Amino acid sequence: MSHSQAAAIFNKDEKKVNWHDKALWFVRHKRDKAAHSVTGWEALRNLGQGIKAHTLSNLDNYLIQFEENALKNGVQVHWAKNADEHNKIVHSILKAHNAKKVVKSKSMLTEECHLNPFLEADGIEVIDTDLGERIVQLAKEPPSHIVLPAIHKTKEDVDALFQEHLGTKPCAGDPQYLTGEARKHLREKFVNADAAITGVNFAIADTGGFVVCTNEGNADMGAHLAPVHIACMGIEKIIPKQEHLGVFLRLLGRSATGQHITTFSSHFRKPREGAKMHIVIVDNGRTEQLSRPDFRASLQCIRCGACMNTCPIYRRSGGHSYDATIPGPIGSILSPGKDLTKHSTLPFASTLCGSCSDVCPVKIDIHTQLYKWRQIITKEVPQPFVKKSSMKFMGTMFAKPATFEKVGKAARWSLRNLPKGVINSKPNVWGNARDLPSGPEESFDEWYKKRKKDE
Amino acid sequence: MKVGLFIPCYINQLYPQVGKATLELLEKLNVDVVYPSGQTCCGQPMANSGYENESVGACTHFVNNFKTFDYIVTPSGSCAYHVKKHFDVIPQTEDVINVRNNVYELCDFILNVLKIKDVGASFPYKVGIHKSCHGLRGLRLGSCSEKVTPEYSYIGELLAEVTGTEIIKLSREDECCGFGGTFAVAEEAISVKMGKDRVQDHLDHGAEVITATDTSCLMHLEGLITRNKQPLKVLHIAEILNSVN
Ligand code: SF4
Repeated sequence: MSHSQAAAIFNKDEKKVNWHDKALWFVRHKRDKAAHSVTGWEALRNLGQGIKAHTLSNLDNYLIQFEENALKNGVQVHWAKNADEHNKIVHSILKAHNAKKVVKSKSMLTEECHLNPFLEADGIEVIDTDLGERIVQLAKEPPSHIVLPAIHKTKEDVDALFQEHLGTKPCAGDPQYLTGEARKHLREKFVNADAAITGVNFAIADTGGFVVCTNEGNADMGAHLAPVHIACMGIEKIIPKQEHLGVFLRLLGRSATGQHITTFSSHFRKPREGAKMHIVIVDNGRTEQLSRPDFRASLQCIRCGACMNTCPIYRRSGGHSYDATIPGPIGSILSPGKDLTKHSTLPFASTLCGSCSDVCPVKIDIHTQLYKWRQIITKEVPQPFVKKSSMKFMGTMFAKPATFEKVGKAARWSLRNLPKGVINSKPNVWGNARDLPSGPEESFDEWYKKRKKDE
Repeated sequence: MKVGLFIPCYINQLYPQVGKATLELLEKLNVDVVYPSGQTCCGQPMANSGYENESVGACTHFVNNFKTFDYIVTPSGSCAYHVKKHFDVIPQTEDVINVRNNVYELCDFILNVLKIKDVGASFPYKVGIHKSCHGLRGLRLGSCSEKVTPEYSYIGELLAEVTGTEIIKLSREDECCGFGGTFAVAEEAISVKMGKDRVQDHLDHGAEVITATDTSCLMHLEGLITRNKQPLKVLHIAEILNSVN
C-alpha cells in the first residue's frame, strides 16, 4: 500500500488524528524548551554532526579498534552481514546457553532484523520490556515510533489490551494502575530470564564499552539479572572516544523527549563475574548506504525521533503508514536504500518543508535527501502514466511561452465557465475538499502588455 | 539598479492581482522595474515531483529572460529558493551563477536591498502570518522555531510598520500548510488535514486575514476556506504592503 493510501485510512478518524498530532506536538514543544535552554545548542549540533561525519569516513578503523578493545575486556564479538546472519548468531548464542526465556530492551535493530519471530519459531520466549514495546508486542503490531513505540494507542486501548493479556481489571485507562500492573508483570519476566538482549546507543572505539539509554531502566534490569547479555548494534553506532559521549547524550535526551538526559544511561564494558557478554555488529545494508555520497549522512542518525515529532505529515498519518521499521522523515531516506520499489512512495510523503533537517540534532539534510531520492525513483521505478506524461507536457510548455499562454488562457476560461460539478468531478483530486481559484479574465501578462501600450 | 520582475506561472494565470500589487509596490518604492514578457515558470513543479530533467527547458528559459538584470525580484519565496537551490541541473555559466545569486523574494529585497521598513501602507485588520516553508527554512526569511537562533522575520518586520495592522500570534508559528506542490494531490488526505489545521490556528486566534510570501500556500488555504465557508480572507503580503486606506 502506498503511503498516501495508508494515510487516507488513518485520516478517516479525524478525532484520533487530532489526538495523535497533539500528543507528538507536545513532545516537540518539550524538545524546543529543552534545546532553547542550552546556550550553544547549534554549536553542539555542529559538533555532533562533525564527530559522526568523521566517524563514518573512518568507520572500518573505528570498528576494528572497538572490536580489539571489547575482546580485551572479555566480551565476545560477532559480525553479521545481514539480518539473517544476525538472527542466526543470536539464536546460536542462546542455544549454547540453553536459554529459553529472553528479556529484550527496546532495540530498533532487532526489529529491523525481525528477531522475535525468528526466535519464537524455535520455542524461545522473547519479552519486550520497554513498556511501549510490550504494549505493541501484546497487540501484535510493530512499533509506530522509534522512541514512543505505542504512541498510536490511547490509554483506553492499553486498558483493553492488558485486560485481555495480563488479566487486569477494567480501570478506564488509569495510567497509574496500568503501569503498576505492567511493572509486576515485567518483574516476573526479568527475574526468570535466561538471557537479556539490548540495543546499543553508542559504542565507544577507544574503550570497547557501550551505552544503552532507557527511561525505564529496563536494559539495566535485564542485563544485570540474566547470566547472558547480548548487545546488538548497527555498524554506525560507533563513536571514536569516551569524551565524545557527552555531546551525544546531551543531544539525544533533549531531542527525543525534552529531557536533559535520558533517565538511565547504562554503561557496559565487561561481563560481570560468572556472566557472559556478547556484541553482535550488524551491517544489513548500511555499507551500501555509506557508498552513496548523497545519502551517506543518513547514517549519522542517533535515533532520537525528533524528526518524527516535528513532521506535520508523520503526526497526521501515524507511524504505521510508512510500512517500515524506521518511519517518518529519516525512515523515508533510509528505507529506499534497502528496497527502492517497496518504499518508492515514502520520499513523496513530504512537502519538503525542511522542519526535519532543522530539528535533527546531528544535522542530517533529510529534506534534501528526500528530493534526491525522488529524482532517482522516477527513473528507476515505473511511474503512473498520467504523472509521467503531465510532467513531460509541463516541461515542454514552460520552455515555450506561447504554449504557456494558450494553456493558461484555456485553463482560466474553464475555471470561469464550466459548472462547479464538472470542475470538481472525480479526476480533479484538488476539488474533493478544496475550491479552485475563480479563473480571472486576464492574466498578469495580458494586463502588463495593455498597460505598456496605454503608457 | 535594474530590476527584473519574475511572476510565477500560477500567479500569472490565477492570481494576477498579486503580480500587479508587487509591480505597483516596487514602483512606489522608486525601483526601476521591468517585467520581461514571455516568462513562464522556474521549473519547480517538475523538479520537486522527481522530474528534474523535465525542468531543464524552464530553467534555461528563466536564465535567458533574467540574465541582464542586477536583481530579480519575485513575490514567491519558494520560486526564489528553487532558483538558488536547484538550478544546478543546467550548466553553471556565468549568467546562471549571476541569476542564482541575484534572485530575491520580495520582502527580503525591500528590507535588505532597498533597506526600507515602512512602505507607507495602511491595512487596519487582524493578520496572521503563515510563514511559507521554502522561504523560511530554505531562504531563511525568518528564524525557524526548531533552531536556537535570535528571532527575526522579514515579513513580520515589514508588516509591523503597516498602519492599523494587528499581527496575531499563532499556536504553531511555522507549521507547514500542506500544499507542497504535487503533494497536495498525491497525498490529498494529509494535505487537506494540514490545511484545515492551519486555517483553524488562525481562526482560533481571531485572524481576519492570512498572509504569506507564497501564493501557492494561500491558494491551498483559500480553497479550504471557501469550500468550508469560513470567515477569513487570504492576501499575499504584496497586496497588504501595496494597500492604502
Ligand atoms: S534523523 Fe535526526 S532527528 Fe531524525 S531520528 Fe535521526 S537523529 Fe533524530
